[in-house]
Amino acid sequence: MAAKTSTAQSGASASVLFDQPGPKGRRLITVLNWIAGIIVAIVVVLILMRLHNPPDGENQLSWELWKPALESEAWTDFYLPGLLMTVQATVLAVIGSVAFGLVFGIGRLLPNALLRVIAGAVVEFCRAVPVLLLMIFFWRWFAFAGLSNASYWAVVLALVLYNGSVVAELVRSGVGNLPGGQREASLALGLTETQSLMQIEVPQAIVAMLPAAVTQLVVVLKDTALGSIIMYTDLLQESRRLGSMYFNILQTLVVAGVVYFIACWLLSRLAEWLPSRMQQHTAAPAELEPIAPIAAGDASNVNQIAVAREVEERPLRGTPRQYHVHHRGTNASIHNWRRTKYEQGYEPTQPDSQVDPETKRKSRMSSETGKSQN
Amino acid sequence: MMESFLMLFAQYDIPRAFLVNIELTLWSALFSMVLGTVLVMMRISPISSLRTVAGGYVEFFKNMPLTIIMVFMVLGAFGQLKLSFSDTFATNFFWLAVTGLSLYTAAFVCESLRSGINTVPLGQAEAARALGLGFMQSATEIILPQAFRGSVAPLGNTLIALLKNSTVAAAASVSTETSSLMSEMIEYHPDVIVSIFMIFAFGYVILIIPIGMLTTYLSNKLAVRR
Repeated sequence: MAAKTSTAQSGASASVLFDQPGPKGRRLITVLNWIAGIIVAIVVVLILMRLHNPPDGENQLSWELWKPALESEAWTDFYLPGLLMTVQATVLAVIGSVAFGLVFGIGRLLPNALLRVIAGAVVEFCRAVPVLLLMIFFWRWFAFAGLSNASYWAVVLALVLYNGSVVAELVRSGVGNLPGGQREASLALGLTETQSLMQIEVPQAIVAMLPAAVTQLVVVLKDTALGSIIMYTDLLQESRRLGSMYFNILQTLVVAGVVYFIACWLLSRLAEWLPSRMQQHTAAPAELEPIAPIAAGDASNVNQIAVAREVEERPLRGTPRQYHVHHRGTNASIHNWRRTKYEQGYEPTQPDSQVDPETKRKSRMSSETGKSQN
Repeated sequence: MMESFLMLFAQYDIPRAFLVNIELTLWSALFSMVLGTVLVMMRISPISSLRTVAGGYVEFFKNMPLTIIMVFMVLGAFGQLKLSFSDTFATNFFWLAVTGLSLYTAAFVCESLRSGINTVPLGQAEAARALGLGFMQSATEIILPQAFRGSVAPLGNTLIALLKNSTVAAAASVSTETSSLMSEMIEYHPDVIVSIFMIFAFGYVILIIPIGMLTTYLSNKLAVRR
């Protein structure tokens, strides 16, 4: 579904830019198509020639170099054990970061101000520090502490902290994107703020953020490759070891790259398929991607990408949904979102709620001045 | 505590390491911006072979770990294909790292710009066509200027990610940048490991907060009000 929408969108943005070409235009496009195809082919040939005959090096296309990178011993002794280590770190890191994200994401929404501030500081810090620095720090620290699998735990913990903080933001924005009525209804039924949060809002937010969490899985899988820098024997490290044995690192890296690509690509497809399934269970928009959060100082996950994805052509050619400035850019701070939603946000159930605060202020001022004149 | 900080700052040139990362970031930002813009133009063009190539490029780099690209730049492109920018090892590795970072980031720049293009209403393109503008004219004069203004926020995110990713240059043997320096400092001063980590971590927090704030400010200021 989402894959379809995205291709439909790219198709739409492609087709609106130019008219349906006539015979002349079609001929021109065919010619340009050929020229572009030939240029691409030339680039490919140049790369292959470079591979075939690098200056004072050996032929990189020779079977002597590719054979050790592809034969069955390479898979059983190097790639597959490496892939297993990569998957191990990924799975544990994903479980850990979901737990971390839930705890700190909910922590940032609790009524208690102190807990909110602490959770906020932890999340912002973890989001701003490069993962590699976290990994190196934990690796050295665990090694000094005498932990046996220092690099493994360093990889897992660093990934948990970073991706957990992203998940925390997803939880928070998921709750922020729920229609205000959900919370009001639960408060009206006599639940406390915390009860409403835990029983009504967070469960729906979790369903809404699942597709984004799967996309984040791709990031975790990609980032485990950083572990090779701290000597974690993952797929990348194993392929480097194999390559240094036969002096064919280029070839082993290509094989490892293909494996990484297939794994990540399959996960991405899963993430694109999920939103349509998840949308049935939540009132909040189920989003495909974690909207890469601007770290430190900006609370929002609701930015242009989300807006762009939702503003699409309607099947019956209706006007696309209009979004208020509140949803645009990164000023969509979800501090006070419950209040601002009514002041300036758009509630699908209440079309009249879409009011520009500027015009509203002016109209209020003019009505006030009108009153004073009367 | 204070003494250990002073000792660390006296013994190691920490600002210089950050400067290396900033240089890596700025060069890669420049190149990836250019490449990303070209890619997005290809992606929306009427020529299907260009669309396929750009789409394949983005899909490839979105699903490939940055670390393997950086390792490839040094061990594959330089080590085996003898691709070299300079005879000095340090300079050569720096530019190889910039190349890897730029190629990788260009895919994300392209995605950001495409999301910006999606914020431009249909009517803009239709009006441009009605006025008789061709593809290049309507793209460069109507669509892209609005798309750039609409994609400030995702571009800012990409820049922040790029700054953080510049530490991965360690995998491309750039030994003067922050993560390598931090590793070296911890090796010689294991007793103050937490202080060392905090220096570098807060260094990044301090660098990233202004970028985030500037992005927020700019995306509000530049957003096309509709």
